[in-house]
Amino acid sequence: MIFLNNLNRVALVFLATLFLGACATQQVTTKGDDAYTGTETVKYLADGVPDRVFFSTNKSDLTSAALATLAKQATYLKANPSLNVVLEGHADERGTREYNLALGQKRATTAKDFLVSNGVAASRIKVISYGKEKPVNPASNALAWSQNRRSVTVKTN
Amino acid sequence: MKYKIIKILTLFFFITTKSYAVVSVDITRGNLDPLPIAVSDFYLDLKLNDNIKKLQLESKISEIIKSNLSKSGLFFPLEKKSFIQVPEAAHNKPRFEDWAFIKTQVLVTGKISLEKEGRLRVEFKLWDVVSATELSALAFYTTPDNWRRISHMISDKIYERLTGEKGYFDSRIIYVSETGPKVDRKKRLAVMDQDGYGVKYLTLGNELVLTPRFSPTSQQVTYMSYFKNLPRVYLLNIETGLQDLVGDFPGMTFAPRFSPDGKKIIMSFAQEGNSDIYTMDIKTRVVERLTDHPAIDTSPSYSPDSSYICFNSDRSGGQQIYIMRSDGTNVKRISFGEGLYGTPVWSPRGDLIAFTKLYKNKFYIGVMRSDGSGERLLTENFYQEAPSWSPNGRVLVFYRETPADSAGKGGGAKLWSIDLTGYNERLIQTPTDASDPSWSGLLSPK
Repeated sequence: MIFLNNLNRVALVFLATLFLGACATQQVTTKGDDAYTGTETVKYLADGVPDRVFFSTNKSDLTSAALATLAKQATYLKANPSLNVVLEGHADERGTREYNLALGQKRATTAKDFLVSNGVAASRIKVISYGKEKPVNPASNALAWSQNRRSVTVKTN
Repeated sequence: MKYKIIKILTLFFFITTKSYAVVSVDITRGNLDPLPIAVSDFYLDLKLNDNIKKLQLESKISEIIKSNLSKSGLFFPLEKKSFIQVPEAAHNKPRFEDWAFIKTQVLVTGKISLEKEGRLRVEFKLWDVVSATELSALAFYTTPDNWRRISHMISDKIYERLTGEKGYFDSRIIYVSETGPKVDRKKRLAVMDQDGYGVKYLTLGNELVLTPRFSPTSQQVTYMSYFKNLPRVYLLNIETGLQDLVGDFPGMTFAPRFSPDGKKIIMSFAQEGNSDIYTMDIKTRVVERLTDHPAIDTSPSYSPDSSYICFNSDRSGGQQIYIMRSDGTNVKRISFGEGLYGTPVWSPRGDLIAFTKLYKNKFYIGVMRSDGSGERLLTENFYQEAPSWSPNGRVLVFYRETPADSAGKGGGAKLWSIDLTGYNERLIQTPTDASDPSWSGLLSPK
């Protein structure tokens, strides 16, 4: 009897492991491209010029959508040469605080570098990282996290 | 000045040849079999005036001792109502049969009397009930308002005598108090006794403050502040309130910690978006760059002998733990398990590094040896990070976050502690939400 009980328990644990394993593979989004592509939370610097770009988990490279947005921002900034901006880099809440500060800085700087290489004077652009300290969406789910991994271009004058 | 306490070793009675402690606590295991201990109320000298009697220190001191010992997970304090002998008789000449009868192995007794100039004399004795001997006795002299610290110091003496390791009760924890909604969180520096008592707020909450860390040698704290919207590392003396910018870096500095001698601050500086590790000598202001790599290098922490530094870097593609010599040479990756590793922090004993691990969407607090071997995960949760060691390297404090719902409500952060063995996980009560804890050294290290 005891032996059987133990066997059952082993089987149960085994099944539970399988089940958990299956769950985990379904929700793995840490690898590959999980940058937000929608328009919720997005504001506009001017008509047709979105104020923010989004990043994949733990990444700071620019997606093709981010490149398109930043190209519009560069055009807009060159057309309005008296405008200065600060790029605010952010991370989602699924990383350690200090690493996220560094990550936010890297994201905003990557965005800045693109603007500069597209003809915007570096002296017009400041960069600040808020790490995970200022989420735009406070929910704890994959959608919120994707909306929070961002660099936002904010006019300072 | 307030915390100055004169401490005098009175009677150290145990004669080395005779009473080798029969009782001792096995600290290599968890709290599976905590040692039964009876902490008697102290007894008050009749000459004490009413103002002091009103404080009821005779029971309050023993309550704190009991609470400390119980929370360590290594002791099991017995109920006071089962005690047969009254405090005065127990202190002067315990009837060991009475104490053996209630199945305690150890007895703590004490006496409170008044000295000149209104100072208190608090004496305690630790008795081995099994061998009917006195293990140690000690008296402390202090002002009456310092009774809590005396209780913690007595707890440390008991812990030390019975476990053979230094205690950690006479210490404090600095942390970040959090209030308000997640999208507009107000954060303030706060400091409290190790048991959660006596919370004091050190900043007003006008600017974001993060990651405070105690100096191992003084009442100084280093932390990061967004003062004037410039994220920088600061130094704060928590007794004088004086604060000072650390260095003159043309960009964000963050992730500060002290060197073990308290003379340097090690931190990250983000230049052109890239974070590397630097040190600054507090007195001479000499800055030294230790890493130079296009990946993110941050969360540095010295080994207790200052010869090595551990930190996390994503130079391999993901966040992992590395060690290097304290001059920046011989960088070596030490974490090779599955998942991501961050916030390494070297144990004051030198043998272990505590860390945060992210694996399959769960966060873990764990420890590994400084060569990366022997990884042990102590606790798993939705989110937790930032372990900090107790002064004796026995307990870790960290913060844990609960998830918010889809409307962004219900999330929060609290401080927790856990024993190195993975047992005895405890919530540390704080008046507000709390994160980024850092444990001080012992306030009176002797």
